[in-house]
This record gives sequence, C-alpha cells and structure tokens, in this order.
Amino acid sequence: MNRWGRYWIAFSTILSKEILRFSRIWIQTVFPSAVTTALYFVIFGRLIGERIGPMDGFDYLDFIVPGLVLMAVITNAYSNVVSSFYSSKFSRYVEEFLVAPIPNWVILAGFVAGGVARGLVVGVVVTLVALFFTEIEIHSYGVTLLVFVLTAVLFALGGFINAVYANTFDDISIVPTFVLTPLTYLGGVFYSIELLPAFWQGLSLANPVLYMVNAFRYGLLGVSDIPLGIAFSIILAFIAVLTAYSLHLLRRGVGIKT
Amino acid sequence: MPALIVRNIRKVYRNGFEALKGVDLRVEDGDFFALLGPNGAGKSTLIGIVTSLVNKTEGHVEVFGHDLDREPEGVKSCLGLVPQEFNFNLFLPVVEVVLNQAGYYGIPRGEARERAEFYLRKLDLWGRRHLEMRVLSGGLKRRLMIARALVHRPRLLILDEPTAGVDIEIRRAMWTFLRELNAGGTTIILTTHYLEEAESLCRNIAIINGGRIAERAEMGALLRSLQTETFVLNLKGKVAELPELGGFVLEHVDDCTLEVEVDRDHSINGLFESLSRNGIEVISLRNKENRLERLFLDMVDNGKLEGDVS
Repeated sequence: MNRWGRYWIAFSTILSKEILRFSRIWIQTVFPSAVTTALYFVIFGRLIGERIGPMDGFDYLDFIVPGLVLMAVITNAYSNVVSSFYSSKFSRYVEEFLVAPIPNWVILAGFVAGGVARGLVVGVVVTLVALFFTEIEIHSYGVTLLVFVLTAVLFALGGFINAVYANTFDDISIVPTFVLTPLTYLGGVFYSIELLPAFWQGLSLANPVLYMVNAFRYGLLGVSDIPLGIAFSIILAFIAVLTAYSLHLLRRGVGIKT
Repeated sequence: MPALIVRNIRKVYRNGFEALKGVDLRVEDGDFFALLGPNGAGKSTLIGIVTSLVNKTEGHVEVFGHDLDREPEGVKSCLGLVPQEFNFNLFLPVVEVVLNQAGYYGIPRGEARERAEFYLRKLDLWGRRHLEMRVLSGGLKRRLMIARALVHRPRLLILDEPTAGVDIEIRRAMWTFLRELNAGGTTIILTTHYLEEAESLCRNIAIINGGRIAERAEMGALLRSLQTETFVLNLKGKVAELPELGGFVLEHVDDCTLEVEVDRDHSINGLFESLSRNGIEVISLRNKENRLERLFLDMVDNGKLEGDVS
C-alpha cells in the first residue's frame, strides 16, 4: 500500500466515523434544525412576512430561504467539528490519531469533511422543509453548491479551532452563542443591507457571513447585495487563513499534546 | 538493529519542571524490557515522547532505524501503544474501536476485519464485539486496548501499566499472551506497578528516577545482586523455641511459621540441613517479598531512588 493509499483509508475512516456519529444521534443533530427552520418559515415567512411585503423583488418568504438554509449549514458544520473534536480530547481518544502515521492535514481534512457532511445533510433537510412553504427555483446550481460546500468548510474549520482551545464543555458553546449567532443574524439572513443606514451598511461589510448569505442568495434567487467575485474571494481567503492556522495548531500540538 | 534508541532526551514543562534530564536508553530487537521507577520519575513522559504524545525539549529518538524528527510516520508505523489510562470513545462498539484504529494506520477494511477478529478472539473479546465500550469492565477495556494497539502489527509494543486494576486471572492470561507475542518477535517495553510482573516477564530492565536512568541491567544479573532474601517457611509441627543457626536469622511468625533471612554467602541447602539437624521439618517455603521489590526497597533505603515505588 503506497502512502497516498494509506492516507485515503485514514481520511475515509475519520469521515465515516464522523458520519456514523451524527447519524446515530440524528434526533439531536439533524432534527432540531428542521424544526427551528419550520418555525422561522411559519413566523417570519407566513405570519410576519406577509405584512413586510416584497424584498429585492421577491416575497419575503422566498427572500429568507437562502439565509435560513445557510444558517443551518453554518451552525451544523461548526457544531459537528467542535463537539466531536473536543470529545476526542476530553476522553483522550484523540491519541488514536496522534500515535498513528497520519499527517496533520489528513486529520484536519477528516474532521472538516465530517462537518461538511453534516452541514450538507441538514442543509438538504432544511431545503426540503422550505419546499412545504414555497417553491424554490434554483438560479445557478453551480454557485449554490459551491457556496454550500465552501461555507460548510469554513465553519467546520472554525469549529476545529474552537475545539483545540476549549478546556471545558462550556467553552464549545460560548463561540456559537456569542459570536456565530449574532454574525449570522446580522449577516443579511432576514434583510437586505440596502435597508440599513450607510454607517451600518459599512459595518455589515466586515461580517464574513454577509458574503456567504449573499452569494448563496445569488445561487438560489439570482440577487445579491455583494458582487459574486468579492464574496468568493472573501470566503476563500478565510478558508486559507483558518486552514493554515489549524495546521499550525496541530503541528504545535496545542491543546492535544503535553 | 535496535528497536529503540533514546539519546539525551530532555523534557522541560512550561512551568519549568524538568521531567527528563538527559535520558539515554537502548532496547534491542526482540527484547522484553521493563521500564520501572517511582511515581513521577518520568516513565510516562518518556513513553509519551517516543509515541509522539509529548513534545520533547531536546534529544534524539530512533525506532527501528527511523528518526522521530525526520521520519515520524516511519516511527509511528513500527509502534503500538497501550496507554496507562483508558482513551476510548465510550459510545463505540468494541469491534469499531479496533477497525477504526486499523483505518488510521491505512489498513484496508477487509484486512482490518480479519485482524480485528483474530485479536479480539485471542483476547477473548469476540463475543462482546457489538457491545459499547461503556458497558465493559475495566479488565475487558484493558484487553481491548491491547487488541487495538496490535491491529497494525507493530514491531515494538509499549505497555504502560497494562494490568492496572485487572484481576489476577485476567492478568495471568495477559502474561501468557504477551509472552507468546514476544516469542513471535514483537519487542515489548513494559512499565508496571506489579514488580512480580516485570520480574516474571522481562529480560532486561531500566530504572528511571528523577528524570534520569538510575540502573540499566539484565534482569537475572540484577536479581542476583540482591544481598539478602527473606523466606517464609511453613513447618510440619510447632516450634516453641528457635534454634541458633549460624549465618541465618530466624523469626517466629506463629507456632508453625518462620521467617528466615538468607544472605548471598549462604545457600538454602545449608538452611535445610541446619533445620533438619534441629528436628524442624519444612512443608513449604516462599519468598516473603518479590525479589525485584526487595531490590527497589534496598535502592530506596540506599538513597538511589526517591518516593513511591512502582
């Protein structure tokens, strides 16, 4: 077996372990996003949305579909990696990877792919829920899928870094509660930033989630507050920085080696 | 080619504590090697460095010719580790723990299944393969750690207190298994709290103390260096008064049991002759304490070792 063959088996072992993990507890991992999103559609889409009227030329319900789907992808990709990798640290079975002849990038890729897999599964489930409330005509399958995957990768990397630094289970819920949720809610899920005063529009541009939501909205609806090229550049730049930083942490053994 | 070469290994923790102060060690291919020392002596730190779980401050590690700094994957491929503490995902079934470990070593699934079955049967775990880890007893978990460490067929197996908390029956079964494994060519390094385990299994020994190797010897030679041994004699009849035996110090335990200290200048044959001459008949005898334990205690008494003995 050559080196690349070994790496592939190691990667697919980590990935299948991760998929099995969240599949076994689907009631905790997949189902809640479906319920929450259905509530969003009922309350914001049907009850309040009809009073808000159209946004960017679309019914309010149609306008929030991309943001809600992406919000589920972001939350699930992040929480899958942060909880799985932190558990492996807490119960010390992270040592199973550390003693094995696998390079750090394979370990990282395995965990990130696990996060992406959960993000995609939940994203598809939420999209199916959305179909109960509205019809979705996808403007660009390529852009939609690419943003779907890249966003999941980015937040899976974020979850990995959070897990590396976490010392308690509380530490893995602080970032999602106080950073991730506000960024997502203020990232244009429920509104177009054109509605905001100039100052808040400028401030919103510092929020990376805004670029993802808008690129995804372009994929689904064909409208975006941000030019697509800039959105992809920002997403890819974040992925590059977080990947480099995650590999640096693994190389140094931060949080996992003595 | 030596299984392990460790040269001038130092480990200084962030708080300034120097756990290893320049350790040199060589373990030959095929050896069954004991690494002993008091608690906090640096055994687990040294094992951690060799297995890439602890970053070294300085020094050189080589496993079957692979340099840890230049060829970490080569080193890891040759090593199997049974750590001191349980490190499992408690919600995984037994067989998946072994299959996943095989996957991390790049072993194809079909071959991994065959190997998992072989080692789980060997360690009497096959019947429990679908049970989740959390329902296993401590002894079964220990055995599973051995199966997991062997699934990639390492040339060097490091066992960090593998029988801690295991009942005597399972411990003996594990000894038999480890002997077979060593006879099959696997080099084994063992740390243990049970000194009779090290004495029974190992051919060579290193004693680490205060971050340095205090003793490195062949087990037989080390045991022969014992100055005195204490035996417990079970007698056929009661002995009210102890006879004076030249060269032997006798003590009553009870009417039918004696303790006798024999120094290395006298033989057990001489003891029996003297006892027979005094009309004392011995039914059985045993060492009062394990010989390696005696050596350890002597080293502590002589100031060569500090702290608890393990």
